[in-house]
Amino acid sequence: MLVLSGIVIIVLGFMARLNPLLVVTIAALATGIAAGLDPIAVVSAFGKAFNDNRYVSVVWIVLPVIGLLERYGLQQRARTLIAGLKGATVGRLLIIYLIVRQIAAALGLTSIAGHAQTVRPLVAPMAEAAAEAQGAGDAETREEVKAMAAATDNVGLFFGEDIFIAIASILLIKGTFETYGINLAPLELSVWAIPTAIAALLIHGARLMLLDRRLGERK
Amino acid sequence: MIGLPALYTFAGLVFAAFAIGSLRDRSNARRLGNAAFWGLLSLSFLAGDRLGDLGNGVLVLCLVALAGAGALGSGTPKTTRPDERTALSGKLGNRLFLPALIIPVTALVGTVAFKAISVGGEPLFDPKQVTLLSLGIGVVLALSVSMLWLKPPPLAPLEEGRRLIDSVGWAAVLPQMLASLGAVFALAGVGEAVGDIAGALIPEGSRFAAVAVFALGMAGFTMIMGNAFAAFPVMAAAIGVPVLIHGMGGDAAVIGAVGMLAGFCGTLMTPMAANFNIVPAALLELKNRNGVIRAQIATALPLLAVNLVIIYIFAFR
Repeated sequence: MLVLSGIVIIVLGFMARLNPLLVVTIAALATGIAAGLDPIAVVSAFGKAFNDNRYVSVVWIVLPVIGLLERYGLQQRARTLIAGLKGATVGRLLIIYLIVRQIAAALGLTSIAGHAQTVRPLVAPMAEAAAEAQGAGDAETREEVKAMAAATDNVGLFFGEDIFIAIASILLIKGTFETYGINLAPLELSVWAIPTAIAALLIHGARLMLLDRRLGERK
Repeated sequence: MIGLPALYTFAGLVFAAFAIGSLRDRSNARRLGNAAFWGLLSLSFLAGDRLGDLGNGVLVLCLVALAGAGALGSGTPKTTRPDERTALSGKLGNRLFLPALIIPVTALVGTVAFKAISVGGEPLFDPKQVTLLSLGIGVVLALSVSMLWLKPPPLAPLEEGRRLIDSVGWAAVLPQMLASLGAVFALAGVGEAVGDIAGALIPEGSRFAAVAVFALGMAGFTMIMGNAFAAFPVMAAAIGVPVLIHGMGGDAAVIGAVGMLAGFCGTLMTPMAANFNIVPAALLELKNRNGVIRAQIATALPLLAVNLVIIYIFAFR
C-alpha cells in the first residue's frame, strides 16, 4: 500500500498549487523508494522514461511557424473572416468545429488539428470575433469563449478517435484482453465508440447552444 | 530510413535557438533561467540517447529544479504591434491561412502516402512514425513557404517561436514528465494496488454496482494518472475481466470500448492531463490555469453517466 504514497503526494501537491513539475518528480521518487528501489535506480528509471517519451514534446516545433504567421496578422485575419459572416455565433462556429474534429479523428486524422496548430491561431480568435458580433466582448466573456474553444477541441478528439480501428487506445484494449484469452477484432470495439460519440456531440452541442443564448442576454 | 532521430535533431536545434535567443534577451531579468531550461531540453533531444539513464535522470532533476525555483521568466522578442498586424492582415488577406493549412494537409497526405515511398526496397520513412514525421515535414514546408513569401528578418521565426514557448513556460515539458511518472508507477506496481482497492468495493452480485465501480473507477483512476491508457489495464484486471466478463457474462467489446471512453471523461476533468488541459490554458493566455477543465466538467459528467448506462444495458443484452 506504501506505493500509493505517490498518488497522495500528487493530490496534495496540486491542491496546494505547488509547481506541478516538482510535485510529479517528488511523487515519482517517493513511489519508487516505497516500492523498495534505491534512489539512484529511481532517478535512472525516471530519466529513461523521460528520454523514451520525447515524442510527446516534439509538437512544439510548430511554434516558429504559428508565431511567424501571427507576426503578419493571422489571428486578426481569422477574426475578420468570422466578423464578415452573417449569423456567425460562438455556438454555431464551435459546433461546426466539433463535428469536423470528430469526423477527422474518426478517420484516424488526429494530429491535423490541436491546441497549438489550430485552436490558438484560428479557432479561439474566430470564437472571440463571433462573441463580439453577438455583442459580448468583455474580458470575462473572452476568457470563457477561449476556454470553450480548447474544450471543444478536446471533446471532438476524444470522442471521435476511438471510431478509427487503428488508433492506439483500440489496440491497447485489444492487447489487454488478449492476455486474458479474449480475442476481439478492432472493428468490434470501434463500433461501440459510436453511441458515445453521438452522445458527446449532443451534450456538448447543447451546451454550446446554451452559451449562445447566454451571450445574447449579456448584450 | 528517416525516423524519429532526424525529427529529434530538428526539435533539439529549435530548442537550442530558443535557449540562445533567451540568453541574448536583456529585457528578461531571468534570462539565464530560460536559457538553461531550453538548453537542457535541447541537450535531451540532441544527445538523450548518449547520456545514459542516470544522465537523463539528472537532466530531468535539473529541469525540475529550475522550474520549482521559479527561475523562468518571459522574454519580449521583437514582434509587430497589434495595429501593424491589423494592417498587415488587411494587406495579405485570406492567403495568410494557406501556410497555416500546409501543416495539417501535409500530416493528412503524409499519414496516407509516406508508407508507400521506398528507396531501394527499404521504406524512406519509418512506417511506425509517419504521423510525427509528416508533422515535422509540414513544419519545414510551411516555414519555407512563409519565409519566401513574407521575407521576414531571418531570425524572426525562431524569435516568434520563443515568444510563444515563453508563454507556455515550464508547462511545455509537463506532459512528457507525466508520461515518465506513469512508467515509474508501472514499475512500482501502483496499478495493482489501486485495482485491489477498487475490487474490494463491489458488493456481491450487484450488476449495477459492478458496472458503476468499473466506469467511475476508469474515470477516477484516469484523473489521478492523467491518462486513460494507464487506467485501462488496471481496471480491466481488477473488475472488467474477472467480474463483468467472466463473472457476469458481459460482452467484452462493449465493456472494453465504452470503459475506455469513461476514462476519457476523466481526462477532461484533471490537471494531470496537462497537454489537453493545462498547456492550452497557457497557450491561450487564460488567467485561470484550470479554465479549460472548468469549461469541460459539464460535458464530462453527463457523458460519464451515459457511458455507465451504455455498459449496463448493452453489455448484458
